[in-house]
Amino acid sequence: MSLRRRVAILSGRAAGWASRTTGRGAGTQVSGRIMLAVDPDLLRTLGARDRVVTVSATNGKTTTTRLLCDALRHAGLPVVTNHTGANMASGIAGALAAPHGPSVAVLEVDERWLTHVVEPLDPEVLVFGNLSRDQLDRFGEVHAIVDRWRAITEADPDRHVVANASDPHVVHAAEPARRVTWVALGIPWKQDATTCPRCDALLAWPDGRFRCAGCGFAEPPAEFRLEGDALAVGSRRIPLDLAIPGTWNRMNAALAATVAEAHFGVDAETAVAGMAAVEVVSGRFAQHRLPDGRSARVVLAKNPAGWTEVLQWLAGRDTGVVLAVNAHVADGRDPSWLYDVPFEVLRDRSVVASGERALDVAVRLHYGDVACTVEADPLVAARRVGGAEVHIVASYTQFTHLTREFW
Amino acid sequence: MSSVLRIALVYPDLLGTYGDRGNALVLEHRARARGIEATIVEVPAGTPLPDSCDIYLLGGGEDAPQVAAAEGLRASRAALTRALDGGAALLAVCAGFQLIGHHYAAAGGRSMEGLALVDLHTVPGPDRIIGEVLVEPDPSTGLPTITGFENHGGRTHLGPGERPLGRVRRGGGNGDGSDGVLHGGIVGTYLHGPVLPRNPALADHLLAHVTGTALGPLDEPVVDRYRAERLSFATLTGSARRRAERRLHRG
Repeated sequence: MSLRRRVAILSGRAAGWASRTTGRGAGTQVSGRIMLAVDPDLLRTLGARDRVVTVSATNGKTTTTRLLCDALRHAGLPVVTNHTGANMASGIAGALAAPHGPSVAVLEVDERWLTHVVEPLDPEVLVFGNLSRDQLDRFGEVHAIVDRWRAITEADPDRHVVANASDPHVVHAAEPARRVTWVALGIPWKQDATTCPRCDALLAWPDGRFRCAGCGFAEPPAEFRLEGDALAVGSRRIPLDLAIPGTWNRMNAALAATVAEAHFGVDAETAVAGMAAVEVVSGRFAQHRLPDGRSARVVLAKNPAGWTEVLQWLAGRDTGVVLAVNAHVADGRDPSWLYDVPFEVLRDRSVVASGERALDVAVRLHYGDVACTVEADPLVAARRVGGAEVHIVASYTQFTHLTREFW
Repeated sequence: MSSVLRIALVYPDLLGTYGDRGNALVLEHRARARGIEATIVEVPAGTPLPDSCDIYLLGGGEDAPQVAAAEGLRASRAALTRALDGGAALLAVCAGFQLIGHHYAAAGGRSMEGLALVDLHTVPGPDRIIGEVLVEPDPSTGLPTITGFENHGGRTHLGPGERPLGRVRRGGGNGDGSDGVLHGGIVGTYLHGPVLPRNPALADHLLAHVTGTALGPLDEPVVDRYRAERLSFATLTGSARRRAERRLHRG
């Protein structure tokens, strides 16, 4: 290893140590940033040491990464990962530079950063989960990301891809690869998949699977399928008994198990057994106790697809709901998406509009005929809201604030 | 208008990228609050527009969906003009606003044919305009200041006989200091997605056009509080705004 490279890694590690010691953060991000500043080509060297798998999606990438790590570890494979959610080049460099023997590097990669890290890291396998609208004021339209992903598989079609067969954007991006393992996860949010990514004609969804009348683009046959609460692999049915809640987490688990079996030869049964104990992923789904003894769970929802999933899950529970929304850069500065999300399912619940944009939420609920009160502080709101238990659904900066400061 | 006010949400699967459904909810709610029975008629992509609705909503969409919407709308143009000639109203937002003109700029700078309901056209701009907007409406409307959010790359030029919705006090709008268009029962604007929740008077303006009567105010404190908050923040910028947001909610 060159001197420059060693200096890069050592100075980065020092900064990471300083960050942790002073309580500023986990240190991965800052140490990676310094490493890349000293040696911009560092990812190329670091990527060559491990078997790299990247996990990207609009929703579920952090959880899928975590589940895949636990699945592979359960099978006895050594694993390194950027589990602090540091999913851009600096976070990845920081995670890979930590001392470790030859391992599988399971890396969550921001969907917009994938292009920049694939070339230097040269992963063995790319995992494509789903793509939908997210912070349009900041990142632009969905098809722009699809085009960038597709350029990656076109540039190196020999790389293995594990991809969600149910999402037309993902299929379009994965198609150029010669070896694709398709897993049909379903696609609850179809609002960004109205037109064909190949020919722009309207997509039809007979039986919930997409088909283009214009060019024949359609859901590819998938060997792995999420069927209800189980992952089906050929004639095998593997129940997804998870500690983390919701349909969306079964989708994450099915995707992770598919990667484990199709790429790493870990059978899906073993993989799922390894995931079963995961209860909290970077603060997601963490349960806390309110002063009155009720349980309060914080759930992150970042975009319309995520909010819709969470609300539909809550609709089946006897719970009070705090909706905590900010509109900082990391949340998206434009809360127009509130009207994309079916808050009407909360009509018979006790609901509090919260966060810095509590009034945006309250007006949205008002026009959806959902009764609510307004309390900007989500912790005060959680104590006041009714219900046998409490769920705080939080936008990104509300979520990080809650997990860092209060609990 | 028949006994039930019919609100057409046009192609929500194509022109619904920015929470555009919110405008339909507001119109329905504010009509019912005045004792007017109202219903939302969703017109999915690929189906012809009915000519029997009272208010038509065209929302925002990404490039490819906008092209698909333009094709469908051109095929239904006769139904739409029949409805407008019969006294219907049309709220055209963002991509929908561009579609009511002669032509607009699609992906890669291609010029695409619009509905030509209004004498305007849209060309690609040098950059994307993203952020909060304040518009002072044309005095003839009697409307108070309009607030909203915009996110678009197009610049829209009105023909000599057309007048804009208002003058832009903050933000980009059409790109020449004005925003949108007012043309009979048609209101066009770049203030995207749910412009009506922030501007209930604009919703009532559309309702009054189709009911033929001025509507009295509604007692909805949360809507008034929200509007006041958005108006005050839209006039601030940068760190002053961030400080104000914190003060409001933590103090």
